[in-house]
Amino acid sequence: MKRREGLAKLMGREAYVDDLTVADCLWGATVRSSCARGRIREVRFGEGFDWGEFVVVDHRDLPGENVIALIETDQPVLAAEAVRHVHEAVVLLAHADRDLLRRAVEAVEVVVEEEPPIFDFRQPPEPAQIQHGNDNVFKELKIEKGDVDKALAKAPVVVEGVFTTGAQEHVYLETQGMLAWVEDGVVTVKGSMQCPYYVQKALKLALGREDHEVRVVQAPTGGGFGGKEEFPSGIALHAALLALKAGKPVKLIYERGEDMVATTKRHPSWIRHRTAVDTKGRLLAQDIEVVLDAGAYATLSSVVLSRAVIHAAGPYHCENVRIRGRAVLTNAVPFGAFRGFGAPQSLFACERQMDRIASELTLDPVRIRRRNLIRDGEETATGQVITDGTDRLKVLDRALELSSFQHKRRAYLDFNDTHPYLRRGVGLATFLHGAGFTGSGEVYLASEVHVAGLADGKVEVRTANTEMGQGTQTVFTQLVTDRLGLKAEDVVIAEPDTARVPDSGPTVASRTTMVVGGLIEKACDDLRRRLGLGNEERGEVLTAALALWHRQHPGEELLGTAHYEPPDGIHWDDANYRGEAYGAFAWATYVAAVEVDLRTYTARVLDFVAVQEIGKVLHEVLARGQIQGGVVQGIGWALLEDFRFKDGAMANGQLTNYIIPTSDDVPPIRVAFLENPYAHGAQGAKGIGELPMDGPAPAIVNAVAAATGADPCTIPLTPERMMSVLEAREVAR
Amino acid sequence: MTMLFPSDLEEACEMLAASDGKAVPLAGGTDLLVHWPQRFEDHGRTFLDLSQLAELRAIRWSDSALILGGGVTYWQTLGDRAVCDAFPLLEKAGRQVGAVQIQARGTWAGNIVNASPAADGVPVLMAYDAVVELVSTQGEEEIPLSEFYLGYKQMRRRPNQLVRAVRLPRRRHDVEVFEKIGPRRAQAITKLGFAATHSAAGWRVVANSMAPTVCRCRTLEGMLEHGSPIRRPEDLMPAIRQDVSPIDDIRSTAQYRQKVFSRTLFHALFSDEK
Ligand SMILES: Cc1cc2nc3c(=O)[nH]c(=O)nc-3n(C[C@H](O)[C@H](O)[C@H](O)COP(=O)(O)OP(=O)(O)OC[C@H]3O[C@@H](n4cnc5c(N)ncnc54)[C@H](O)[C@@H]3O)c2cc1C
Repeated sequence: MKRREGLAKLMGREAYVDDLTVADCLWGATVRSSCARGRIREVRFGEGFDWGEFVVVDHRDLPGENVIALIETDQPVLAAEAVRHVHEAVVLLAHADRDLLRRAVEAVEVVVEEEPPIFDFRQPPEPAQIQHGNDNVFKELKIEKGDVDKALAKAPVVVEGVFTTGAQEHVYLETQGMLAWVEDGVVTVKGSMQCPYYVQKALKLALGREDHEVRVVQAPTGGGFGGKEEFPSGIALHAALLALKAGKPVKLIYERGEDMVATTKRHPSWIRHRTAVDTKGRLLAQDIEVVLDAGAYATLSSVVLSRAVIHAAGPYHCENVRIRGRAVLTNAVPFGAFRGFGAPQSLFACERQMDRIASELTLDPVRIRRRNLIRDGEETATGQVITDGTDRLKVLDRALELSSFQHKRRAYLDFNDTHPYLRRGVGLATFLHGAGFTGSGEVYLASEVHVAGLADGKVEVRTANTEMGQGTQTVFTQLVTDRLGLKAEDVVIAEPDTARVPDSGPTVASRTTMVVGGLIEKACDDLRRRLGLGNEERGEVLTAALALWHRQHPGEELLGTAHYEPPDGIHWDDANYRGEAYGAFAWATYVAAVEVDLRTYTARVLDFVAVQEIGKVLHEVLARGQIQGGVVQGIGWALLEDFRFKDGAMANGQLTNYIIPTSDDVPPIRVAFLENPYAHGAQGAKGIGELPMDGPAPAIVNAVAAATGADPCTIPLTPERMMSVLEAREVAR
Repeated sequence: MTMLFPSDLEEACEMLAASDGKAVPLAGGTDLLVHWPQRFEDHGRTFLDLSQLAELRAIRWSDSALILGGGVTYWQTLGDRAVCDAFPLLEKAGRQVGAVQIQARGTWAGNIVNASPAADGVPVLMAYDAVVELVSTQGEEEIPLSEFYLGYKQMRRRPNQLVRAVRLPRRRHDVEVFEKIGPRRAQAITKLGFAATHSAAGWRVVANSMAPTVCRCRTLEGMLEHGSPIRRPEDLMPAIRQDVSPIDDIRSTAQYRQKVFSRTLFHALFSDEK
């Protein structure tokens, strides 16, 4: 099927929120804290501006609670008495002249009496730095199985390692932006977002309004990667507050620099492994500690931590596992959702550790994985018995074959012997990713989907799930055409607008195709049922039945509906972290070939192979695109994206100095899929979007280790870092 | 913002003089317009548009030199086979400036006058002994590029002077090397780099991002001149410390810059590997 949402984007015709022209609209802007922690003493409005001309909003203008509704209620919409991080929003301004507004923002000074901030999430806080509970720990989790201490004590070999990963900026093409206006008493916001109902929930609480008094519409969105999961709630509130006070529409669009410094990022991590193995490399015990920097507010850190710990033991079977995790407050700009949601961090550590164990035992890194990969009937760390029938060894073998792993390895040995300064190596990572929400998440979401049968014979899919580049509209269309035998042009995808579409949950965690897609199929069946048709009736029969129904029920609406119901046999114990963490896992092996230049300490990826079993490939081109794009993001995180902090905020918040890969930094990315349909996913599909963020970093860094004999455990592995790692190797020799 | 549109070079010089040197020449604008919305202090300035002046866009040859007009873009040189054959480092460096869009608008003269220590065009021009031809209502002046810079963003061009051309003497070179080490393979600000040439006029080694200005490395040139024995990159360190003074900044560290300078120089000029 042709991509439905492609052409308008390609031709530059798609109207993103900044492209919308609205009569008599003001520009909004945000005045932020320049201090990481302290009490707000005063807000000074500087000389040279007629402040009466500006719409000025602060925390006193909030009709409801000063809280951005999310898991916790700790984050204010606008700082009132205190600030907890640099760039925290304190005052909002609006004016018709955008240039004047930019200068005005510079002229407002938030005077803060400083209190001691904490920036290092690995250090225990001093008493004066405590800002949450008695230890600044937002969330602590533990997974335990077997007797780890005993196994560690008895084991012939114990390998220890510490791994650290950096923050990462989403760099979606379109920056955050929101347009707000009040229409017939309804506060309406339209903008760039992944989760319209999250935004609606936040608007209701902070504006003190009911469902029907707030309306949220997703504008075409230029990328999200998690960065538009929770963050848009705050900016939507800011735009709405300005619009309410101004009595005019207000557009609040972040410029790139502001977007980079003030919005959420991937959580930095510190992870320690102690692994007990026998001399053949069989895992006897995994003792893992995961610490995440949460930043100044709780945001989604508890669930990011949850996914991090559940994935920390990797795709392996081990009798004795202990995983302890904590997400810790610092006075950094809050970290939040980002593609992979904690799993990339813990899988990086896990897969580096597997190679380090292999090297300690002088075993082949392929052999050690083969030996430990989970088999059907065996249990994960949470005690989930894997019974999906996927041939995980076949996934591994396919990747080895596609990448000519063994051949490359031999050829590179010769190359490295003769070349004066280039060193080549291949590395791999085998991993898993849990599809959809963790544990009972979907039950709480209680998603609902509508498929409306229209009088003109078309059907309209109504969900709150958003297109942001991944091809949602195409896949939804395809699911309906396959289910109902209609043509693509007879399927309408409704604009995600809370006034028109039911709450089908957020567009995150690769749940859209798998879970929401499944609900669309059910709603299609329900539509047929309401027409008195059996599930085998399709195409013209259906169109005719629709026309007849509308003739008999003029002016009425015909809706097929579906509600989420958990599959049988899924039990999750959230208190003890035991049970079925996910309905299904996708399985993958990625292989990277790299070249390290010993003159410049630069690693370059020469070749990349990504093989994954994802249930069912619904749309090959889109699926491939997801993987390739994600691998590029993964290469950036592994090698280039060196996030620099100053007082907990991004110091290199420009695209000149925050380095993401260009097309010239990316090798050919070869993608292959294996299929083993998942009974509860649309047409058998599982999640796919996070895999390419999980695999590249460990595969690439393992390849660097193979090429150089060094032991890099920190990413991004920038040339400067590579220099010290290689020097450490020289000293060690 | 006020924009002046001269119809020829003479008028451009007059407009510049009339503004008392306050008007800012604008060629490709790829330096001047970066972060424009945030550059409040520039919004009220007067700019002198050079991009339409045909005289500045010309590439010419004399018996003894290549003369790049003061408005010649990287893209123009990349498309000129004769230039690329005679001065291959112009091609090598030109291809590594930004990416195609920047190469199409950015000019060699703009790169010189922007006076960034990280400029990639300047080292190769300097390694070819380029001479900057300046012009104003008061007359003409010629300054060798290697003597053009006085300190960080300081240069011998007076505000009422325009770069009319950059002149490169025609010589036979038996060594021509350019290395740009940046954080990625395109659209990258150089962490360190150098250009080196050898001709009858001797050795030239020019470093960028290693000192407050792009500069010639006279000690290294002397070592090459004398054929001093160099067996390992480390042997170059004393000379490097004399010639340049790199710093720690947001893009890299002094240590990395020095070390990688020694290693890339060594492999390019001193080692006997092929
Ligand atoms: C995305 C991007 C990537 C870049 N990548 C690189 C890179 O890889 N390497 C690199 O070296 N640079 C790079 N640059 C910087 C810039 O493109 C170059 O320095 C370019 O050569 C500037 O030329 P211009 O004509 O655009 O200069 P302008 O911006 O027009 O002017 C620069 C300065 O020169 C002065 N000027 C220009 N022409 C004259 C003249 N004839 N007489 C007197 N004064 C003059 C101007 O007044 C100004 O001070 C990049 C810029 C961008 C935006």
